[in-house]
Formats: sequence, structure tokens, C-alpha cells
Amino acid sequence: MLSNDDTKLLRLLQNDPSLSSTELGEALGLTSAAAWRRVEKLMATGVIQGQEAVIDWTKLGYLVEVSLRITLDKTQSRAFDEFIGAARDVPEVVEIQTFLGRVDVRLSVLARDMAHYQHIYRDAILTLPHIADIEALMQVSSLKDDERLPI
Amino acid sequence: MIELDDIDRKLLAALARDATQNASALGRRFGLSQPAAWRRIKRFHDDGIIKGRRLVLDREQLGFGVTVFLGVKLATKGRVSLDDFERAITAIPEIQSVEHVLGLYDYRLRVVARDLADFERVLRRRIMTMPGVGDVEANVLLSEERRIGPVESLVATDRT
Repeated sequence: MLSNDDTKLLRLLQNDPSLSSTELGEALGLTSAAAWRRVEKLMATGVIQGQEAVIDWTKLGYLVEVSLRITLDKTQSRAFDEFIGAARDVPEVVEIQTFLGRVDVRLSVLARDMAHYQHIYRDAILTLPHIADIEALMQVSSLKDDERLPI
Repeated sequence: MIELDDIDRKLLAALARDATQNASALGRRFGLSQPAAWRRIKRFHDDGIIKGRRLVLDREQLGFGVTVFLGVKLATKGRVSLDDFERAITAIPEIQSVEHVLGLYDYRLRVVARDLADFERVLRRRIMTMPGVGDVEANVLLSEERRIGPVESLVATDRT
């Protein structure tokens, strides 16, 4: 179980992952070394899995993001594995999620513009194996995407 | 649009995988001096190519066993203020992401909960009670992987 200090530390780091151990220590009333030991312990136990830089794709000319909701042909026993394996090879696919519900798999696809999207959709997405049905949701705006946990 | 060279792309891909690597370690890996690597990384931040860092936590270990994606359709468009709806929905701590979308639904929400009973509580008490919420579709997340994105495809822009 996590102590109160661990929970506080995770809250602080979720808000700002770039905080130094000195800054964490100050906020928690610990020495910098003690704060760092806590962080190390949380990493060792796998609670903290890492830190990723978040890329703003619009700055690199990718202005379109489409969410594709896909139903697979489940009569094929290897449909999920083969579909996901092939989807990994499409560089514009930034997220692959599987679900229990009406949708089997969802892909997030980036494109520079609608013409580029059309090209990816025809050449790289529709050619993925075992697709039974596909629905697209186009992202208009992202209002919240920090994915913080309510700890 | 910002142009990147080969080394930029390698640095960007490395940081997207692990943002804690410092300029000297990255420089060594890609044959740059520490100041040269530092300048390139600084440019990513100054130009907004890197917009921040995400702490990756083990949801299960922290007691969040269930993630559900909700497609929400607004029932009475025109009578409900989108601003009010968006303000209220983004303020709910269990809702981790909110996207305004075009298509079958109006909004796509990512909701995290301790278990299905906890999810039901959030859905009934916090989401379904909001004015204007119409049709809602829930899909429970089973697995998820984030890919690095088309960093390598950016190569084409400056190669002859």
C-alpha cells in the first residue's frame, strides 16, 4: 500500500513530471535525498513506469486526428493478433486499444490533412486484415487530455 | 511547419519513449556534444513540438481497475450550452480525457474507476445527471498501446 507521502508525491509528479527531487522534497517536507529514494522505490515497484515527452503533432504539420472504431471478423480465430500486428506497422497509427463492448478495436490515426488521411485510409487502413466494419470519428478539438489519475 | 533533420527525429523519438534522458546521455547516443544536444532539445520545447511530459503510472497498482470509453450524444442541441457542458464534464476528476468529435457521437470521454460498481456510480451520479446528455455508449478498455507516431515519416521532407 502507498503511504500518504507517496500519494502526495505522485500527485505532484502527475501535475508536473519535470519536478526535481529538491522541489519534491521541499513540497513534502523531506530532504532531496529522501524524496529521490521515494521516487526510486515507486519506480522499482513499477507504480511509476516512466515519463514520455508529449509531441504536439500539429506543430509538425499533422493537423488531422481520426478515431477509427473497428469491428473484426471474429470467425477468424487469429483476427485480433493479426489485425493488431499489421496496425503496428502503420506509422500514422498512434494508439491501438481493444475493448469489451460494441467496438473491438480502436485506432487513433494522424494525418497532415484530409487528402493525406484519405490516402492512409485507403492504402494502409482498409488493407488491414479481418475488418468487418469500420466507423470514423473525427476529432474537432481535445478539451482535456492529461490522463491524470484521480489519486 | 517546422522541419526536422535526421538527428532531430532520433532525439524526438528517444524523448517520446523516455523523457528523463538528459542532453549528455542523448548526445553520446547520437554522436553530439552535450551543448549541441541540449540546443536541439531546447528548440523542441521553444517551438512547442514537445508540449509537456506525461507520467506513466500503473493504474492497477493504484487501484484503478477499470477504464471505460464513453461516446456521448447530446440530446437537445441548441438548448444546452456546449460551453457549460464542456466546463462541467472536464471538471470531473474521473474523466481523464474529453474530445469533441464529429460522427456518431458528439463527445468521447475516457473514464477511470476503481471497478465496475465505481464506474456505474460515476456514470449515474455525475455524467447522466448532466443537462443535455442523450445517448451514451460504453466500451470497457481491455488493452492499450501508444505508438511513437510518424516520426520517421518526417524524414522524407529533407532528403534528396
